[in-house]
Amino acid sequence: MTTDTNELKRVASQVRRDIVRMVHGCQSGHPGGSLGCTDYLVALYFSVMEHNPDFKMDGINEDLFFLSNGHISPVFYSVLAHAGYFDKAELATFRKLNSRLQGHPTTHEHLPGIRIASGSLGQGLSVAIGAAQAKKLNGDKHLVFTLHGDGELQEGQIWEAAMYAPHNKVDNLIAAIDVNGQQIDGSTKQVLSLGDLNAKWTAFGWEVLETKGNDIDALLVTLAEAKSRTGQGKPVVILLHTDMGYGVDFMMGTHKWHGTAPNDAQLAQALAQLEETLGDY
Amino acid sequence: MKKYTYTDKKDTRSGFGAGLLEAGKRNDQVVALCADLIGSLKMQDFIAAFPERFFQTGIAEANMMGMAAGLTIGGKIPFTGTFANFSTGRVYDQIRQSIAYSNKNVKICASHAGLTLGEDGATHQILEDIGLMKMLPGMTVINPCDYNQTKAATIAIAEHEGPVYLRFGRPVVPIFTDPDQKFEIGKAWMVNEGTDVSIFATGHLVWEAIQAGEKLAEEGINAEIINIHTIKPLDAEAILASVRKTGCVVTAEEHNRLGGLGDSVAQVLATKLPTPQEYVAVDDSFGESGTPEQLMTKYGLDAAHIVEAAKRAIKRKQS
Repeated sequence: MTTDTNELKRVASQVRRDIVRMVHGCQSGHPGGSLGCTDYLVALYFSVMEHNPDFKMDGINEDLFFLSNGHISPVFYSVLAHAGYFDKAELATFRKLNSRLQGHPTTHEHLPGIRIASGSLGQGLSVAIGAAQAKKLNGDKHLVFTLHGDGELQEGQIWEAAMYAPHNKVDNLIAAIDVNGQQIDGSTKQVLSLGDLNAKWTAFGWEVLETKGNDIDALLVTLAEAKSRTGQGKPVVILLHTDMGYGVDFMMGTHKWHGTAPNDAQLAQALAQLEETLGDY
Repeated sequence: MKKYTYTDKKDTRSGFGAGLLEAGKRNDQVVALCADLIGSLKMQDFIAAFPERFFQTGIAEANMMGMAAGLTIGGKIPFTGTFANFSTGRVYDQIRQSIAYSNKNVKICASHAGLTLGEDGATHQILEDIGLMKMLPGMTVINPCDYNQTKAATIAIAEHEGPVYLRFGRPVVPIFTDPDQKFEIGKAWMVNEGTDVSIFATGHLVWEAIQAGEKLAEEGINAEIINIHTIKPLDAEAILASVRKTGCVVTAEEHNRLGGLGDSVAQVLATKLPTPQEYVAVDDSFGESGTPEQLMTKYGLDAAHIVEAAKRAIKRKQS
């Protein structure tokens, strides 16, 4: 665990290299959102969350994280591997036959660090609320974190969960929304506008924070603020303003790299922009 | 032939309510969730005894299923409660991904299954739920026959590790099983031994099958009646042992003929012991408003229809 932002940036650079190499290696997967959420997951797993890589499903006496937008599995797998949940060599098996690293995260293959299957969107906030309620019943003071895509907010179940948590004072929960403004078919504004997300979550009764999602220093400040607001009767949500594809210039500012793999030349071009810091798998 | 009588009638959902309270007393990890149907699911006694272990989700079944999955992660054993329609079809993807594929120890408890929900009509009378649930890998599917058996099944599933679909109903029906029975998941219950035809029944149709057996006996037909309370895992051994004796089969269920108990039995027989089989089930249609009794008669789910099906099966065996 560290608050040294230079060290966190070094981890983030390696995770981004892993992401593009993993997606290139199987010629499928979702690099755009993975790159955009790298800084947030690195901040959580290497600085903010109290967690135990000696994995136990029940997660008692540790903070929990649920990835609801499971298609950004490359960043999740890379972060888990570097955090010590499994050998980073296994990243090479991503999306390949007989791998524990399925296209979307699953408990089915018993990969340490995964507590729920996700991929079909909109389900992770409900799961996190259940896990948070179990922590309260167990007298466990640790927190539950989630991450969701902004396009995912088009799923109705999210708003069922959003209504439940404040009514029931689920105040040991910090949700985050990857607000990159992109989804498969185009920008969220074109496909189905999300409107004023801050006003919507506030109206539902949540504590709402906003931050730059690709600025590690800003993320640490915001996450500290978010933690300070837990335990006061309201759930917390962070709107992360990210760039899809952050760190690889030709993948940024477009929805086109949502679910597209780079070819050999594009991989080389991407890797040239991402320093190898912890050693490639 | 064993004679079955009853002195009392109750709804199977009340058996669930009593079983839930007992399960909650035996294990403090048991928790319950309900989507605005506490009275219909008979969950009041559990809530009164363990208010901190109950979660009212409002009319938000998808969130309820996800929350239940999340509660298991902290070691809880969640029982969800709503009507069968809203327990299955409405939340199929939530059950599939967050519960079944994630192998979470959630007990999906579904009342008002089938036609006997009655006057509310087809919007609420799901007849496809057994099929939907049994197709999910790892899901156990149970459909008990009376109050006592539903109570026993509710207690038993709390002790079983893994996702379970428990189906029960609204109408008041005879109580004819032992109040102290031990419910064994996956173990068929021999109601009456016989030699001429095997009647495999589940849920409310078990009592109808018993009535049918008595009518058949009056005509000199010796029916074997087996209660298949667990549709998955299916007790194939009991089915095959019975059919080896009788040589023909009737299956009886309050469900669409597509995808229910009948199809599960047919699959066993087709691959192991091809046998003439007649279905007593809803013939691929939706239900409608009416009293439970009127509906069971109109849609062919009563003792009289089981008698006719048994005779057809025997005739096919002989031809």
